[in-house]
Amino acid sequence: MGIVANPYKTTGFMGWIDDRFPATKMWRDHLSEYYAPKNFNFWYYFGSLALLVLVNQLVTGIVLTMHYKPGAETAFDSVEYIMRDVEWGWLIRYMHSTGASAFFIVVFLHMYRGLLYGSYQKPRELIWIFGSLIFLVLMAEAFCGYVLPWGNMSYWGAQVIINLFGTIPVIGPDMVVWIQGDYSPADATLNRLFSLHVIALPFVLVGLVLAHIIALHEVGSNNPDGVEIKKYKDANGIPLDGIPFHPYYTVKDIVGVVVFLMIFCALIFWAPDGGGYFLEKPNFIPASNISTPEHITPAWYFGSFYAILRATPPLFGSALPGVIAMFGAVLVIFFVPWLDRSPVKSIRYRGPYYKIALALFTLAFIALSYYGMQPPSDFGTLISRIGMAVYFAFFLLMPIYTKLDSYKTVPERVTHEAH
Amino acid sequence: MKLIKAAAALLIGLATGVLTAPAALASGGGDHPYFRVDTGNLAGLQRGARDFMSYCAGCHSLKYLRYNRMAADLGLSEEQLKANLMFTSDKPGDTIATAMPNESADWFGAQPPDLSLTARARGPEWVSDYLQSFYLDPSRPLGVNNTVLPGASMPHVLWELQGFQAKVEHAAAADGHGAKKFELVQKGKLSEEEYKKFVADLTNFLVYAAEPARNKRISTGWNVLIFLFILFPIVYLLKKEYWKDIH
Repeated sequence: MGIVANPYKTTGFMGWIDDRFPATKMWRDHLSEYYAPKNFNFWYYFGSLALLVLVNQLVTGIVLTMHYKPGAETAFDSVEYIMRDVEWGWLIRYMHSTGASAFFIVVFLHMYRGLLYGSYQKPRELIWIFGSLIFLVLMAEAFCGYVLPWGNMSYWGAQVIINLFGTIPVIGPDMVVWIQGDYSPADATLNRLFSLHVIALPFVLVGLVLAHIIALHEVGSNNPDGVEIKKYKDANGIPLDGIPFHPYYTVKDIVGVVVFLMIFCALIFWAPDGGGYFLEKPNFIPASNISTPEHITPAWYFGSFYAILRATPPLFGSALPGVIAMFGAVLVIFFVPWLDRSPVKSIRYRGPYYKIALALFTLAFIALSYYGMQPPSDFGTLISRIGMAVYFAFFLLMPIYTKLDSYKTVPERVTHEAH
Repeated sequence: MKLIKAAAALLIGLATGVLTAPAALASGGGDHPYFRVDTGNLAGLQRGARDFMSYCAGCHSLKYLRYNRMAADLGLSEEQLKANLMFTSDKPGDTIATAMPNESADWFGAQPPDLSLTARARGPEWVSDYLQSFYLDPSRPLGVNNTVLPGASMPHVLWELQGFQAKVEHAAAADGHGAKKFELVQKGKLSEEEYKKFVADLTNFLVYAAEPARNKRISTGWNVLIFLFILFPIVYLLKKEYWKDIH
């Protein structure tokens, strides 16, 4: 009843459409009359870039699925078939495999932006929750995709990750068999991971991305000053510091896209292996349950979480504490909106405590990511334990240090130099 | 603001640095002064293909590489292919199989592996090193061993060319590199220098075989990047044009 068909009273063809579907309304609500703060900086490119990489993964994934043959006997050969016999297949495959790494780089920077400018604070808690869910699903999606080429690292990676469920008391071991559909990763495992990778998880991912964007457009974007632009509006109800997303941010984001593509394409065309970090050497050997790769390492984007898993001391010979710590490291991200007690959003107006905490967290995350990819060593374990302590302290002590911190006065309007 | 920009630049620099440094190291290889991956050198690839077919293909297949694909990539006609590189009854559209029967595992202790992806699974430097690291070892069934893959079941097929070398004990200097690890005890047909070039050609051919699209990938990359560099000022000026009325 609240819905008025065609509120903009368009005529002609668009009028016919708008009487039946809110095309013009959606265009205006989300693009031409969605007012975004005019002071977005460098960090604000990564949202649109994440969307670009998502589309890249979906499109290249669809084409790959046309030629890939899931199955323990066929998967590896079909990937080489794509690399050699499918016209431009190598390009599609590299776009997809490099895209997976690019997705994580872009998403990490996008999340980091949230930490810098308090983008999760009221009223944007749900945007953050949807975003955290996207991150969780993205990790599951990446893991499933990692297994599909059925190279030796795929196989042993699957073995390690699925066996994490085996640490659950009582039901764990049976659960592993249930998940694998066999007593070790096998044909059945590969086929169900394929199903999850190309159908279930992308559906969930796209749905969550839509929810993320709808929630964002409901409350409006935050900005590097962390001030609400809706506080000061002109006679027409348009925020004084807001500018229409289209054309201003569409043309600006295109600049970001071109710069991103320069780096992305340089990697695709000149370093598609990423020095063994995008495509691991053992994954050029078909899966084999009798020869284990020298070091089983996760993909680089799981390095930090894997380091936490390994650094946690076992309890009664069970790795359960490590598994709990690893999942806890992801789950704790969901609670940031309620852990942060700061009266201001942006780091620009925060005191030294938060700045130091974020700097330490940044170092810890990089160190964990690095040591998670190295073969186990005493020094690596020590660094990982310190990194892990810093990682959790950053989140769990947040209510304390953000409360004790000193704050600067936040300006009424955004600061912006024309350029 | 400036600080954040600097931090961002540093982060991205670190990320790309960390990711590309191993690649740079892997292809630079101070350890391998005689070997540099270069699949753009078609003459070298042709020599490598010829040598592979003469010395390796008897035991090792390239099951993912088709004869005619190889000929096209190496700039050879079908006649040249058939006359010089095909010694079996295979057709040009077939992949490069080997005449080795399954029982070969009994002869050597292991079946000779397919080499289609070895250059990617082990790395080109490994292949180059492996082919130069056979040495006499009476304790092994075939009288040779390999420092790169100790206990390898492969005989020193290239002995005729390289000759036989013995391992020099205690030669590994503190820094490892540069010290002579082997000593030639029986001369082969090729000089040390010629053998290194031979191995380099063969290795480059295996790098090609592991990724036949490699040359096309690199050259396409230039076109794409040049396009993006031309596109950049256009989209940048477009952005400036729109944003000039935002104060």
